[in-house]
Amino acid sequence: MALRMWASSTANALRISCTSKPHLSLVFSFSRCFSTVLDGLKYSSSHEWVKHDGSVATIGITDHAQDHLGEVVFVELPEPGGSASQGKGFGAVESVKATSDVNSPISGEIVEVNSKLTEAPGLINSSPYEEGWMIKVKPSSPSELEPLMGSKEYTKFCEEEDASH
Amino acid sequence: MLLPQTRNIGLPMMNLMRFKGLPILQQLHIEEQLLRTSSENWCIINDGTNDPTIVMGVSGKPAELLEIESVLHDQVPVIRRFTGGGTVIVDHETIFVTFICNKEAVPDLQPYPRSIMSWSGSLYSKVFQGIGDFRLRENDYVFGNHKFGGNAQSITKNKWIHHTSFLWDFNVRNMAYLKLPKRAPAYRSARGHLDFICRLNDYMPRSTFIDKTVEAAGTQFSLRSLELEAIETCLETEFRPSTRFLTSEELEVAAAVAGQ
Repeated sequence: MALRMWASSTANALRISCTSKPHLSLVFSFSRCFSTVLDGLKYSSSHEWVKHDGSVATIGITDHAQDHLGEVVFVELPEPGGSASQGKGFGAVESVKATSDVNSPISGEIVEVNSKLTEAPGLINSSPYEEGWMIKVKPSSPSELEPLMGSKEYTKFCEEEDASH
Repeated sequence: MLLPQTRNIGLPMMNLMRFKGLPILQQLHIEEQLLRTSSENWCIINDGTNDPTIVMGVSGKPAELLEIESVLHDQVPVIRRFTGGGTVIVDHETIFVTFICNKEAVPDLQPYPRSIMSWSGSLYSKVFQGIGDFRLRENDYVFGNHKFGGNAQSITKNKWIHHTSFLWDFNVRNMAYLKLPKRAPAYRSARGHLDFICRLNDYMPRSTFIDKTVEAAGTQFSLRSLELEAIETCLETEFRPSTRFLTSEELEVAAAVAGQ
């Protein structure tokens, strides 16, 4: 327990998430900008993540994205029953006087949206991979997941993007 | 692509459209459509709008931001726009400046709110060089600690828009339609509207401001002037803007729900 507490406080100092939820891997990647990137998820170049779990895929924005966006004060989400298209916007977040489109990494039917985000949009900042999830989709073409980035590739992508600006 | 592009060596092309007194709803509709459907860069300057109009950001709640009873009694139009940010009341004394850019248009600029705001702050620093202690302060354009320009943004996958309403002058009475916002920058220090804002016309002639803004944009872009008529046929598409007037019924319901 003591070691776990030390690890947790160190991780907090480094802004790394030590999630212990059994359905998410404990293995995480470092990025030089200290955003959390989780193994087991797939990532898009527009900084959304997707977790494919059986017949449903959960989608949200990454820790890198929420850090760069700033405090999220409003989330615009679609209605369940609508459809998501790969690469197209399904909603938006508002932060620092800006609305930013959130794009779906995959296509499919939107089966659930995170209604908690209406009252608590800050969950996207505090828990981007867990409580801050945005939509759940029934993928229409699971092969769309293949070309998405894994954790190592996405970590490198973020580092290169930040270094080039 | 609307018109053939020619690239000035080293500078990306930007279309410049200048209006005087264009209704603010029409301006916002043009901007929203250009953001969503055009692959080009745009600068839009509207020197005043026609009627006093309240313009709220995408997440604005009328009951929190407006004195709804007065707004309804005086029939002041209220718009919800497609960008984020706060609430303004605009009229013929407001000068609007908008930049709509592709992600690659500004070198080394990440398409995130603070980066874009920093870029715009440096552009306007050129406009106001040596004048009135201008700076970008907690995302507002200020002289000292008095705000004279409110800005807002929207960022899509490949483009972003940054638009500003500058208070050339303002009618004190109009400010009474706006409540003090719950979310306010720290430097506001709970000041009322009239202690918080200032007039641009105390610092610079109107035409000078517009000319200097065009000049500053011209240091980063190759500007090409276009008239609205030149793009109107391209704007007649199936695009449906989200920016719209709020109805009286919506305002009444908002007031009733809030127990006003």
